[in-house]
Amino acid sequence: MLTLTCPLCGATVEETELAPGGEAHLKRFGPGSSDAEFESYMFNRKNPKGVHFERWRHAYGCGKWFLAARDTVTWEVFGTYPAQTTEPPADLVAKIKAKRPTWEGYK
Amino acid sequence: MSTRLAKGGRLIDRSQPLAFTFNGKPMRGFAGDTLAAALLGGGKSLLGRSFKYHRPRGLVASGAEEPNVLVGLGRNARFEPDQRATTTELFSGLEATSQNHWPSLEFDVGEVNNLLYKFFPAGFYYKTFMKPRWAWKHLFEPIVRQAAGLGEAPKEADVDRYEQAYAYCDVLVAGGGVAGLAAALKAGREGRRVILCEMTANWGGRAPVDGGTIEGLSPEEWVKTALQALEGMENVRIMDRTMVSGLLDHGYAIAYQRVADHTPGDGRPRHRLWRIRAGITQVATGAIERPLAFAGNDIPGVMLASAVRDYIVNWAVSPGDRVVIVTNNDDAYRTALAVLDAGLTVPAIVDARVQASGPLVQAVRARGVAVLEGRGVAKVLGRKAVKGVEICAQAGEGGAIQTVECDCVAMSGGWSPVVHLWSHSGGKLNWDETAAMFRPDATRPPTGPEGLALAAVVGAANGNLTLDAIAAEAGIAAEVEAEAPLEPVWTMPAGASDALKFKSFLDYQNDVKVSDVQLAAREGYESVEHTKRYTTLGMASDQGKLSNINGLAILSETLGQPIPATGTTTFRPPYTPISFGAIAGEARGEIFQPLRKTPMHGWHEARGVHWEPVGLWRRPYTYPKAGESHREAVNREIVNTRTNVGLLDASTLGKILVKGPDAGKFLDMMYTNMMSTLPVGKCRYGLMCSDNGFLMDDGVVVRLSEDSWLCHTTSGGADRIHGHMEDWLQCEWWDWKVYTANLTEQYAQVAVVGPKARKLLENLGGMDVSKEALPFMTYKEGTLGGFPARVFRISFSGELSYEIAVPANMGLAFWEALNAAGEELGVMPYGTEALHVMRAEKGFIMIGDETDGTVIPQDLGLGWAISKKKADYLGKRAQERKAMVDPDRWLLVGLETLDGSVLPDGVYAPAEGHNANGQRNTQGRVTSTYYSPMLNKGIAMGLVKHGPARMGEVIDFLGDKGAVIKARIVDPVFYDKEGAKADV
Amino acid sequence: MSEMILSALQGESHEGFVTVTEAGVTGMITIRADLGSAALAAALGGLGLSVPSPRGITQAGDKLLAWMSPDELLLACDYGAAPGIAESLSAALSGEHALVVVVSDARARFTISGPKADEVLMKIAPVDVATLPAGRMHRTRAAQVAAAVWRSGPDEISLVCFRSVAGYVMGLLEVSARKGGEIF
Repeated sequence: MLTLTCPLCGATVEETELAPGGEAHLKRFGPGSSDAEFESYMFNRKNPKGVHFERWRHAYGCGKWFLAARDTVTWEVFGTYPAQTTEPPADLVAKIKAKRPTWEGYK
Repeated sequence: MSTRLAKGGRLIDRSQPLAFTFNGKPMRGFAGDTLAAALLGGGKSLLGRSFKYHRPRGLVASGAEEPNVLVGLGRNARFEPDQRATTTELFSGLEATSQNHWPSLEFDVGEVNNLLYKFFPAGFYYKTFMKPRWAWKHLFEPIVRQAAGLGEAPKEADVDRYEQAYAYCDVLVAGGGVAGLAAALKAGREGRRVILCEMTANWGGRAPVDGGTIEGLSPEEWVKTALQALEGMENVRIMDRTMVSGLLDHGYAIAYQRVADHTPGDGRPRHRLWRIRAGITQVATGAIERPLAFAGNDIPGVMLASAVRDYIVNWAVSPGDRVVIVTNNDDAYRTALAVLDAGLTVPAIVDARVQASGPLVQAVRARGVAVLEGRGVAKVLGRKAVKGVEICAQAGEGGAIQTVECDCVAMSGGWSPVVHLWSHSGGKLNWDETAAMFRPDATRPPTGPEGLALAAVVGAANGNLTLDAIAAEAGIAAEVEAEAPLEPVWTMPAGASDALKFKSFLDYQNDVKVSDVQLAAREGYESVEHTKRYTTLGMASDQGKLSNINGLAILSETLGQPIPATGTTTFRPPYTPISFGAIAGEARGEIFQPLRKTPMHGWHEARGVHWEPVGLWRRPYTYPKAGESHREAVNREIVNTRTNVGLLDASTLGKILVKGPDAGKFLDMMYTNMMSTLPVGKCRYGLMCSDNGFLMDDGVVVRLSEDSWLCHTTSGGADRIHGHMEDWLQCEWWDWKVYTANLTEQYAQVAVVGPKARKLLENLGGMDVSKEALPFMTYKEGTLGGFPARVFRISFSGELSYEIAVPANMGLAFWEALNAAGEELGVMPYGTEALHVMRAEKGFIMIGDETDGTVIPQDLGLGWAISKKKADYLGKRAQERKAMVDPDRWLLVGLETLDGSVLPDGVYAPAEGHNANGQRNTQGRVTSTYYSPMLNKGIAMGLVKHGPARMGEVIDFLGDKGAVIKARIVDPVFYDKEGAKADV
Repeated sequence: MSEMILSALQGESHEGFVTVTEAGVTGMITIRADLGSAALAAALGGLGLSVPSPRGITQAGDKLLAWMSPDELLLACDYGAAPGIAESLSAALSGEHALVVVVSDARARFTISGPKADEVLMKIAPVDVATLPAGRMHRTRAAQVAAAVWRSGPDEISLVCFRSVAGYVMGLLEVSARKGGEIF
């Protein structure tokens, strides 16, 4: 059962206090988008074995959504950060690259 | 025969005799005994029957690894099956019963299976599934069900109390032997927060029995000193009778504390399950001795060598007068010394090694014991008890060289470190060829959130099997006799014939023999995980503590590959079974799960309400009067509401306040309707879809002020919808200025419904609720009968209706005031079923009935609630997809049976032809169906292909057992089609 | 009027190895705003309160102000005073993007009092009681429902949950505090 530190209130909490929200940094496609774009937004997920960016809500705490970078195999947590961004912070990406040299990057 | 020795027993207190019963017969033991020690000391060696063959079985071990002697403990509301006698502390009045035999332990009819062993090979029940096809159901299943199994399930509810607790520490030490105590001392002295757990009631592990000196003290003295030091440390918590049963991700450990197993009924919780979050766990779980695989190694009286000396030294119990020792290592010679020290006889030591010469061997030889080198046991003689052993050359096929009379066989095949906790979350193992064991690989530990090791292994669990090695690792001094290397022995003798291998047991608990594993290998089960399932080796409550290494060594040998290539099966928690009570903790009875109550809950309850669960809420379904059926009550409530006035507790409706300069824009995205244009003081029914286009919720939205809206959601939908709103606000449109607040529980809400609703509110007084002052679909704030209230003129029944919100703490008083003010008008409360029927009479949809996660608003004739002006809303793009605009989608219609009966719920209308799976095609289904007391007939709603274009058509629905029910497609509005009643 | 106001459990109390009590009605106000806003500081200052640091609590007289999230505070006060305080805060923040709303009736408050109060909390919430300082508002769960806890006295813990689950929480507290259930 994993633990994450909520970047908004600073509490380190266990999984039972969190609600999972799937893959992070999805770009919403609304009216006017192609079928392929909409399908990709609604259904296609990376589901990687390794570095993953995901959404979590501190449901039993401050109620805020935040994002986490985590290794889906070892459960190492590289970092958490507020949800108000379209891509992971550069320093976090650099940290992950240093720890996982073969990682291809988040895109 | 086993007996109690006159002297000794380091753990027992002879001044405290304890009476207990076994199979109803009175027996006596001493304080400090385990049930196993007391049974053995009382002369009982036949203690159970095996799982498959019903062979007589006795104790093999002295601790958690015991596979055979599982008993039923207690009776009635304190009965628990499958409890290991070796880990059960004796107490006065304990009642134990043996298992898996009929009619008695001594004479068991099932033992016939033992003669039929050739018909129960590995995977026999998989084979019985296959052919002939009829045989499983009629022949094999009844027999297998009767014969197989462990204890019986308890029949009464458990009277004991259980609980859980959370703990946090820097260092968790699992195991209170020398290595664990040393690790706890070290961490404690460093000032770290330490929790030290020992699964038994005694500290020190094997050391006090096995001897040596630690820091100049006897092990017993050293353990005492260490404990005293630990008890003096503020930062160290010590818990005995507490087993760390699992070590999971991010250092999450589960520990099982048996608080009051040995003091039943003393008012304490029986078990406590600890949920410990540890920075690092020091795994000090010791090692388990391996049996040797020779024929008859399961006959009562054949025991692990370490167990024999445990019983003698710890509890002064002699497992037999004449103890033959069979070994491949020096450690078992300690048992010989213990047997001799107790004044008993060792007729022979059978050592599989060609040469045995270590100091322990010399010490035994010096006492005149014959050491037979290069020898093995061909077979054990006896059926319910050991009578002797036939000795053969270990290198041969089992030809007897001599027979030795004895009543106990102490065997040792070496030791296996207990690596479970290390392995649970991914720690890796290496095969140590010299010591013939898997040991933890410190370079491949299980890792935590920082990517660092979350566990370390110390002591015997780390493969340091001798006291000096354990001490050296811990940085303390110790002395003990040196041991010569062991010689791995997987079958005894090496070339054992099939007849011998058929009786050489690997897994006692599951009756798996050497021959079964070899058969599995021959039949192609090369993966150790497959072999486990096929043979059942290492399954059940024992989980292969004794059998795993021997089993996979034999599998490897048969497959002709080295042991590490075969690998181990996956170690999974718990280490030994833990009680369901502990897992459930406090969650039983009234607090099994949260029950949400409205402020009026007690009022409903006091009137004999029949409840309907809605999410975690309980809502009144109906209020039956004396002698009234539920259906009669519902009909009465409907008729009364439609002719007089009814009251509904609507407090469970979600109420979410949305406020801010961008709130209108935000709600235009959340709802399919246009909410930004709703005038202040007005109400509008709104639909919410997921961005995948499907309907997820509905409710009335009220514009409270220029920048604030109140959104009503379905009961049970409030938290989900509030979360959904916050998700979009926080993660997509974070620059929009909108705040939300979930006010669901701030208000009690009551629907006052019916032609006399206005009169009732006028009786209460305080607010002008006339049509002119408060028209349909508007709202007003003020006081009613002295209560601060928000009054909404909305209707879900088609009647004149007001929904009134008051602060929740005043909810009950307000509800009572409404009842009093309506008494002269014939007011009655009504429940959710009346609500449902009335909404169906009006053709109003219900989320969860008409919707199932695949339905879009367009399917339900709700196109009018979808704004055509908006460029975007959640679900808009999805609803443009080809499948969503397909003219063949099933659409909402009303349905009436031709004979006025009520259609069954959920039934389908078949169509011509069959689909690709050979099933009949369908063209519609019933989504809501009720008896309408106003119309005196069944009414229903359903989704039907091209439905609205087929008005008047009669289609078939399929009821139970193929019954065909004819129903006509009609307008879904059955009652007051003009809507005249609501807008008055 | 006051006889019409009933807290969820009307003061139900149980004696175990500690005492667990439903503490009756409490005034509560949710404030959602930019916590760095000068208007907010001024409005709260008028009540003698200052904006707490993350997860912190500030107090003035019978008023308590707790940090609930980066844009949310909870003000606890006398039940009867809550509507008036909320109104004046709303007025003071009328020029700002802010939401001030009374939530007194949506909650139930409990006290766990006695020298072993921590042991009750240990049984129901994933909280490291040893590192739960005074002056901290800790939002977590009590078994299966959301809760907020803080140290409200030397041997007292306060717990707030939603009103509808007050009976459930009382059940949790009662069974966890039963005599014989002392942990240490």
